[in-house]
Amino acid sequence: MTGPEPRPGREPRPGRDAEARPEGLRAVADLLRPRVSMGQLIGGLLCLVLGFAVVAQIRSNERDTTFATARQDELVGVLSDLGQRSERLRGDLRDLEDTKARLERDAQGGTALEEARKRAATYGLLAGTVPAEGPGIELTVGDPRRGVRAVNLLDALEELRDAGAEVVQVNDVRAGVDSYFLDDRDGVRADGRALVPPYRFRAIGDPHTMTTALNIPGGLVRTLQAAGAEVSITPRAKVVVDAVRSP
Amino acid sequence: MIALIGLVIGVTLGLVLQPDVPLWAEPYLPIAVVAALDAMFGGIRARLEGIFDEKVFVVSFLSNTVIAALIVFLGDKLGVGSQLSTGVVVVLGIRIFSNAAGIRRRLFGA
Repeated sequence: MTGPEPRPGREPRPGRDAEARPEGLRAVADLLRPRVSMGQLIGGLLCLVLGFAVVAQIRSNERDTTFATARQDELVGVLSDLGQRSERLRGDLRDLEDTKARLERDAQGGTALEEARKRAATYGLLAGTVPAEGPGIELTVGDPRRGVRAVNLLDALEELRDAGAEVVQVNDVRAGVDSYFLDDRDGVRADGRALVPPYRFRAIGDPHTMTTALNIPGGLVRTLQAAGAEVSITPRAKVVVDAVRSP
Repeated sequence: MIALIGLVIGVTLGLVLQPDVPLWAEPYLPIAVVAALDAMFGGIRARLEGIFDEKVFVVSFLSNTVIAALIVFLGDKLGVGSQLSTGVVVVLGIRIFSNAAGIRRRLFGA
């Protein structure tokens, strides 16, 4: 703190310095000293308008935040989003009403049975108790330098799941909700079973999404290659997942 | 002092009258308010530095608000309204900060 000295490089103007450039509290007091003149009055009026405008703006901002101030293209975007969503929901509604009508129509319970089977098949796929096939990818991780650890394989599984893989099989182990990978003396174990390289992930889901997800810069493939693995991804129209988990 | 009284009266009036912002002014008022704030801070700084001039203050206040609103209006017509208003707010924000820094230097000498 150097105190009230004029800044270096700026010569104080002679004659005005003493009263026109005060410091600290005196400056504030000087600011507040009323001086009546035309300019001051106009300035006061402008500040009045400013205060009024600030309050008006704040009030209008609090009242309606989203739509009143949105521009036309934003509103169009919101509208089309809503349209798409309501269309999807209407489709869902139609399906559910169809199901309801069929359930009401048949007394023998045939439709109910069919619905229950469908649901059982879905849950079986998720739980890994039934085999599955469908479009997907095959991810092969060759490991000549034995550099791949359990955590890399877990990353691969999670990355596949994030990218929408519904069913995944690693070598002959079906991945389920409680699958785990473990580093062992002679390699990696999955759910207690030893995995022999190359590790082959068979995943059913959207091949394009999964391939993109695995290939992002700094993503899984890069990490595995940095660990000395040879990675190849093959999209397939039909991937067969035949390993099952015991219920 | 008169400016401060004016500000207080304005805020009170706004609270009492509860005005609605007319629809045509809705995109421009926030920008104009920010511009006016900039002019006000500039005025305080000029006052503290002893170079305050009422005419300059009034003219800069009015021209700042009008130009800011005009820029946004033009941007809306050109289809870059939201980007341009962001740009205006950024510029005015920088100016307000530098004005505030000037005021601080004058008041506290730091």
